[in-house]
Amino acid sequence: MESVLKTAFPFVVITVAVLIAFQMVLMIVAYTVLAERKILGWIQGRIGPNRVGPWGVLQPFADLLKFIFKEDLVPDKSTKFVYFLAPMVALTCALMPMVVYPFGPMITSVDWSFLPFGLGEGIHVLPLTIARIDVGVLFVLGITSVGVYGIALAGWSSNSKYSLMGGLRSSAQMISYELAMGASVIGVVMLSGTLDLNGIIQAQITSPFRWFIIPQFIGFFVFLISAFAETNRVPFDLPEAETELVAGFHTEYSALKFALFFMAEYVNMFTVSVMCTVLFLGGWYVPGLEPLARLVGLGEYVHSGTIAYALISHMAFIGKICAFLFFYIWVRGTLPRFRFDQLMNFGWKFLLPVALGNVILTIIVVFFLNR
Amino acid sequence: MFAGLAIASAISMVYHKNPLYSAISLVGVFISLSCIYVTLAAPFIAAVQILIYAGAIMVLVVFVIMLLNLDDDKPLNRLRYLYALGGGLGVILLAQTLFIFYAVMKAPNTPADQTMTAGKTLSLRRAMYTEYLLPVEIVGVLLLMAIIGAVILARRLSQPQLELVVEHELELEHKADH
Repeated sequence: MESVLKTAFPFVVITVAVLIAFQMVLMIVAYTVLAERKILGWIQGRIGPNRVGPWGVLQPFADLLKFIFKEDLVPDKSTKFVYFLAPMVALTCALMPMVVYPFGPMITSVDWSFLPFGLGEGIHVLPLTIARIDVGVLFVLGITSVGVYGIALAGWSSNSKYSLMGGLRSSAQMISYELAMGASVIGVVMLSGTLDLNGIIQAQITSPFRWFIIPQFIGFFVFLISAFAETNRVPFDLPEAETELVAGFHTEYSALKFALFFMAEYVNMFTVSVMCTVLFLGGWYVPGLEPLARLVGLGEYVHSGTIAYALISHMAFIGKICAFLFFYIWVRGTLPRFRFDQLMNFGWKFLLPVALGNVILTIIVVFFLNR
Repeated sequence: MFAGLAIASAISMVYHKNPLYSAISLVGVFISLSCIYVTLAAPFIAAVQILIYAGAIMVLVVFVIMLLNLDDDKPLNRLRYLYALGGGLGVILLAQTLFIFYAVMKAPNTPADQTMTAGKTLSLRRAMYTEYLLPVEIVGVLLLMAIIGAVILARRLSQPQLELVVEHELELEHKADH
């Protein structure tokens, strides 16, 4: 019995961790939608949703119920299998990077021996990451690039000219900006010397700049701009340009299948915000937290490894992400849409050369610093 | 399990008449292959496999198929002789596989060295830029040649046409200046 428990224990822990992370991400995503409607309302001099619950707090759940109870229309001449597959691919690829996010620092101060059946034996650290793989950056980039299929296949299988155009535009745009995005990450990877997301945060803690946004500000701007294009957001939301394409690749989708696409878009926003935070803003790291705690007299409770430290760091991590999400919404309320040829020219002729130049600059600087 | 998935995807890739289904099956093959790499403790190769093959190359293939909208029933009779060729190559491949099986069976069964981390990013880098520097450089130059060749093939123009294009671009720039 005990041995069975012991072998099952890690799986249970991981399952629980995945469930918690899943819930958290989805709740943040749901409230991003609400925040977007509210903030856009304020920007445009409106109030925004305020009927469901106090201050419109229950709006996301009302939306979900509505999505579930709407009629699910399937176009007559569509390719049924691919039509059903596409939204699933989109959402799965959006959610999968979740397993490598570094949600917070390791908790090392807790003694796990109080667990029954000796389950706590040999456990000394509790990492706030579901899986540490040493190619985290590549994993996230790879999975998000597979997400293009969801959109491309949705556009093709709906058998509608608007959908097809939207899908083609979107995949062309995502492939183009993926290059700039990948190139902008290389600088950070070179400075930190690892592809592991936790390792990148550790490298920022030990670096003299604390946050990589300072030495890598060119990379940061390239990453931010291409992140907008990767997630199909304003000003790069050409796949969904209402005036010319109705609703782009999800024109023919309704009810829960549309909800999956909608969720995938917002989860992707969350993903690029996480990547931005981890790569350029130090992830969960708060500069000067430990000295401050010592100054106030709480140095005993708040230092690397304690639960309080992990909680504060985690809150900082979420706060940074929320700042990025707010920035997305802000830009959406402010900027008009690009034209498609402008978008392509900008991506290939400006952003990619700038990113490559940044790579070369970083190579030179790192080379001379390491001598 | 992943090997079975890969083989199933490969079979469905070959047997589907619709080129788009074949392309999607090929993506399935790549993803199962990268899962196999992960189980073989080579996460870097797995990530690169997904990033480059599934993420970039196959998207382009799907793109082209979507744009061309190929018919399901192409005239295959013209390509009859290819069946024989394909069969011959298949037999050679089968023989090779059996030979590898045989060689592996014959090799002494040594326990795996736990300290070896062949698939890890760091050791991969070390191997690539010290021991195998020359092959890496050669491959890099070859790829560069391929890129330049592709650009030249895509823009193969005769001299007068080239002049026309250049004039047109200059004119556009001239307009943009105003």
